[in-house]
Amino acid sequence: MLTSVPPETRETSAPAAFLNAKAAWRWPEYLFWLSAFALILLLPNRHLLMNEIAILGLFALSLDLILGYAGIVSLGHAAFFGVGAYAAGLLTKYGVTEPVTGLLISGALAGAAGFLASFMILRGTDLTRLMVTLGVALIFHEIANRLDWITGGTDGLLGVAPSAILGRFEFDFTGRTAYVYSLSVTFLLFLAARRIVNSPFGLSLKALKDNRLRAATIGIAPNRRLIAIYTLAAVYAGMAGALLTQTTQFVSLEVLDFSRSADALLVLVIGGSGYLYGGLIGAIAFKLMKDTLSAMTPAYWIFWMGFILVILVLIGRDRLVAGIARPFAPLLRLIGGRRP
Amino acid sequence: MTPALQTDGLGKSFGAFKANSEISLTVAQGARHALIGPNGAGKTTFINLLTGVLPPSAGTIHLNGEDISRVSQQGRVRRGMARTYQINQLFPDLTPLETVSLAIAERQGTGARFWSRVGSDSAVIDEAEALLTRMQLGAMMTRRTNTLPYGKQRLLEIALAMACKPKLLLLDEPAAGVPEDERHDVLDSVAALPENVTVLLIEHDMELVFSFADRISVLVQGMLFAEGPVDEIAGDPRVKAVYLGEDAHV
Repeated sequence: MLTSVPPETRETSAPAAFLNAKAAWRWPEYLFWLSAFALILLLPNRHLLMNEIAILGLFALSLDLILGYAGIVSLGHAAFFGVGAYAAGLLTKYGVTEPVTGLLISGALAGAAGFLASFMILRGTDLTRLMVTLGVALIFHEIANRLDWITGGTDGLLGVAPSAILGRFEFDFTGRTAYVYSLSVTFLLFLAARRIVNSPFGLSLKALKDNRLRAATIGIAPNRRLIAIYTLAAVYAGMAGALLTQTTQFVSLEVLDFSRSADALLVLVIGGSGYLYGGLIGAIAFKLMKDTLSAMTPAYWIFWMGFILVILVLIGRDRLVAGIARPFAPLLRLIGGRRP
Repeated sequence: MTPALQTDGLGKSFGAFKANSEISLTVAQGARHALIGPNGAGKTTFINLLTGVLPPSAGTIHLNGEDISRVSQQGRVRRGMARTYQINQLFPDLTPLETVSLAIAERQGTGARFWSRVGSDSAVIDEAEALLTRMQLGAMMTRRTNTLPYGKQRLLEIALAMACKPKLLLLDEPAAGVPEDERHDVLDSVAALPENVTVLLIEHDMELVFSFADRISVLVQGMLFAEGPVDEIAGDPRVKAVYLGEDAHV
């Protein structure tokens, strides 16, 4: 199910074995996903939180695809999350109530928005990209605000009532269906992303990130690759947004907030980028920290969150991981994390 | 026979400054041609014009008889032009194996495949392995590039260009910055390049030029100053005066 190994027609050469080993599944990865699914049964009363984690994880994973693999920095990734969220809300409200259908259409619409936006990030430095992506997200936010007769504006979009998933699984009050649904979608999209980053296309993205000049001199056309991955990331972000709408049955302007884009970036700062698990691990850490801190000090949790992030960045995630969690460092390496 | 490379009246101006002007250079098939010139003579601009990084202000470029003056960088690579860089332009986080496989896959048109594994294309991997072994990188092909000794990185520069299966190879100071004890590896590899690949060597190092080239063109102040067989150029008093004067080891 996880990997399809082609029938061996010839003996694998040592270099091919090396490359295959790099892309092979390692046991911590199995452990990670088994645990995630086991939590459906093990923590029945935390499903709502876990649903949020899965959605944030998927959203950060989508940012990791462009940041960690193609080196495109973005401060406006929420634009595509928002397109997906509103698309899913409006679809549900006006007839397409089946969630999976809504999810696919929302992803496609967000992808279309990402495709159009991608032409603006092809040129320029990191700084221009930060500004352009930020600007696009602000524009989307304002459009959603102005079109209040469609989006509900600041009141939010009410009356979003998705039907049973695939006609079989009704959403419930405990959030169990929601978590299973979000986790399954995240897992399937993760599998696809994992396959893509280990492909020749994925390798060419890393080459572009490492040295765009040389990539162009060995015949790689940078723009097409960047457009492709940016569009794909927008699809992922849109699907994350759609999941949020469908599982919370509500859309507000918050889906397009700057803080949502910033959160995704923070999640990658916490979890690390460029190995796909950074977004997922970061989302877990981020949500748990937020949850714990806001329970401890309801008034000042943002202060402590900021404090932790400053420490994290100043000391460096790598050194923190190496220092505090030395025993876990080999584990991180095993799933492909940057040398802690 | 159609020359491998022919430029006619090629020029590049930046405002009033003429970095290259009226360069008409012909490189025969299979030649070992060296382009020399003092610093600031316009060698880098010339390479950028040839490879399509810069559009020419005047003149044309023909590669194996085809006008490529307006062809994109990637188009020129596909038509058989590859280059190396004076200062390493590699992919520091990738291994030499991945680096070279990437170029081979791109050449074969499989570089954009997104649903198969990098290691599953045995034709690409086998070719990469053979090339890296030939370039004395066989033992290091699975190390990260930025951990390789400098001389090995210079070899990877050449291997990466060769992975594009060029008909015309532009070598930009291949031995620049290589420590003395690794220098021979680079010189040997340059000498061992396949005969059917035409090589245009842009070089400062006279020892390398005289041991490698069969023809030399001298570029001075953006213009072709002299051209001829090695002995002729080495004996040309004008060339000695403008260029060889200071650092000739003839």
